[in-house]
Amino acid sequence: MKKLMTGNEAIARGAYEAGVTLAAAYPGTPSTEILENMATYKEIYSEWAPNEKVAAEVAIGGSIAGARTLAAMKHVGMNVAADPIFTFAYTGVNGGCIIVTADDPGMHSSQNEQDNRYYARHAKLPMIEPSNSQESKDMVKVAYEISERFDVPILYRMTTRVCHSKSIVELGEREEVAMKEYKKDIPKYVANPGNGKVLHVKLEEKLKELEKFSNDCELNYTVMNDTKIGIITSGVAYEYAQEVFGKEASYLKIGFSFPIPKDMIQDFSKKVDKLYVIEELEPYLETEIKAMGIEVVGRELLPTCGELNPDIIAEALKNEKREKVQKNEDKVIGRPPTMCAGCPHRGFFYELSLKKNVMISGDIGCYTLGAAAPLNATDTVICMGASVSAGHGFAAASRQNNRDGKVVSVIGDSTFFHSGMTGLLDIVYNQGNSTVVILDNRITGMTGHQENPGTGYTLMGKPAKEVDLVKLCEAIGVDTIDVVNPLELKAVNEVLDKHLELDEPSVIITKWPCALKKFREEEIKEYKLDQRGVCKVDTDACKKCKKCTKVGCPAISFSKETGATIDPYMCVGCEVCKQVCPFDAIKTIER
Amino acid sequence: MSEVKNILLVGVGGQGIILASKILSTGLINAGYDVKMSEVHGMAQRGGSVTTQVRYGEKVNSPIIGKGQADIVVAFEEMEAMRWIDHLKPEGRLVINNYRIPSVPILIGEKEYPQGIIEDLKNELDTVVIDAMEMAQNIGNPKTQNIVMLGALIGALGIDEVKWDDVISELVKPRFVEINKKAFNEGKLLAEKLF
Repeated sequence: MKKLMTGNEAIARGAYEAGVTLAAAYPGTPSTEILENMATYKEIYSEWAPNEKVAAEVAIGGSIAGARTLAAMKHVGMNVAADPIFTFAYTGVNGGCIIVTADDPGMHSSQNEQDNRYYARHAKLPMIEPSNSQESKDMVKVAYEISERFDVPILYRMTTRVCHSKSIVELGEREEVAMKEYKKDIPKYVANPGNGKVLHVKLEEKLKELEKFSNDCELNYTVMNDTKIGIITSGVAYEYAQEVFGKEASYLKIGFSFPIPKDMIQDFSKKVDKLYVIEELEPYLETEIKAMGIEVVGRELLPTCGELNPDIIAEALKNEKREKVQKNEDKVIGRPPTMCAGCPHRGFFYELSLKKNVMISGDIGCYTLGAAAPLNATDTVICMGASVSAGHGFAAASRQNNRDGKVVSVIGDSTFFHSGMTGLLDIVYNQGNSTVVILDNRITGMTGHQENPGTGYTLMGKPAKEVDLVKLCEAIGVDTIDVVNPLELKAVNEVLDKHLELDEPSVIITKWPCALKKFREEEIKEYKLDQRGVCKVDTDACKKCKKCTKVGCPAISFSKETGATIDPYMCVGCEVCKQVCPFDAIKTIER
Repeated sequence: MSEVKNILLVGVGGQGIILASKILSTGLINAGYDVKMSEVHGMAQRGGSVTTQVRYGEKVNSPIIGKGQADIVVAFEEMEAMRWIDHLKPEGRLVINNYRIPSVPILIGEKEYPQGIIEDLKNELDTVVIDAMEMAQNIGNPKTQNIVMLGALIGALGIDEVKWDDVISELVKPRFVEINKKAFNEGKLLAEKLF
């Protein structure tokens, strides 16, 4: 059977066919759909872990138990998970284990564009790189065979275009793989210094074997056409190279890219007149090939920054440029992402942005948009959890140097569970004075609505214990905790004023569900969502002061002639604009 | 690889581009083509510019469409048409919805919505302008705008070897099938008449 699938769907399918029985992840674009699809196969126990380190460790434990397992994460998630993964490379597996890293060249939805192929060399993990959805599925099976044959976990490297573009996949059947016997093996599984010294030597031996294997591996192959140009390439860059050169060039397609197939590369380089390496982001293959003493052209013509595409390659290597329609840039105005109409973060950020002498330490999630116009509230965003700990650092340094400065750290519910809790513990333990705001929108928002420990359900749809944020913060040692409805601006303002006066750690929890969420019956009741109307501007009362546009709601537009108008199809009736209007010109009408 | 056709759908999150492109790609696969399709996820979706790129033919390599490579651009929104128009072949076709969704700089009064986009593009390119919103409202559901646009796309490209009604029945919720079929056929007829 053939099906149009994204690379992410295909990985899940591949895991299903390869007899995987456990998978774990923390959601992160472009990796999220791997686990969402995994959960559709009842043969696989699938879970959202609170962060990538936990997810990797769950997969590691499952592998040691003897099952085929998988952990998936976005590229920056791999930084979080790096600790266990580096050591798991030493111990090796029992059941086969794949760590999927989904890199984001071009930063479609990320804070950096690090090239995680270097993790393969750094952590000494054999690496596999698919180019399309069919390969994303098929290579999973090969990856488990390699993992079990050589007793190593596999780094499975995807990129946004492979994750999210759809192509046709021929499906196969599931082959059940019996769980391997677990035998206690202290020298193998206890990574203490004594065992580690032995395991490191063993790993180096394995890598030598894997280097030989790379030359025989079915994932590395040549496509010989015209030999004037030879191209060594991997991942989606292979598709781009084919697009540009077609049969005008020969290819060495590398699907198993660490350790690289040195004999094949040597051999291929001798058969072609001019050798190019076409790869996205860093010159990973190029550096390896040059270290072999082979002359190859790549980085001097192709960029290190941003996403690669066929046009860049055609222009750089063939000096070809397609004729195109000219666009009039004057008639194109930016369309930056923005908080949705009815987003519960908006009201809170609006009030916070009005406070003076406050440093706002932001985090990763929809509320990163708190830094965008017109709110322009947030001062800094670094990575998951940094709002809390970097905010504490900012406050502590200021205090140490006798500088005033109150810090408000702003973090989402899921991100708080991911890596904000430890930062809060740090603030309390070290007697900091920051206010931490947990924006609890009852779901993991940005990545498209995944359950988390605070939502009451698991990835597999089972009811779960809901973590009590107030009790959790109390247990950490926070004395002042307030829960507020972020859509009630007066209440938000009062709570903010109270906390800004404090010289102690404090927590504000804003609680309201994401506007795009599929609401459960109990949520409709609890938040009275069925009783909301639609906001409408009374044109006669509108004094065209533009104040309502300052909240940055995409449902509100403004013209000099008619003043403000609210799109009734977009408006969800959150009434934030209504509270901001100084002339009482916004009314709520029935839906 | 000249036989590969390139379709670019552009608009704003929430306009139903993803469903339209799903119907499109399913139809193309049913007709036996190799198909690749790219779309955006995550941060970019939050009120940002949304594109879906569909490539089909005997064998497709790259999943993305370069500048000057699209055989047709289907713009669900005026300004998005201009944003992506450099991806169109000079001899390619443009289907444009005369519908405006102001972006944040316009909403907050920093910038004005640009005037005359449709006229400019019409003067230079093989263009059909569609009032998909009005058509969808007349059909009985403004949310079928996307399927009107899809119909217009199919009419403009003349992909007749696919049973589009069957694909719509397969992918649309049962109670919306008939209205969507109607939207599709009206869009298709209009494009066939005007191109």
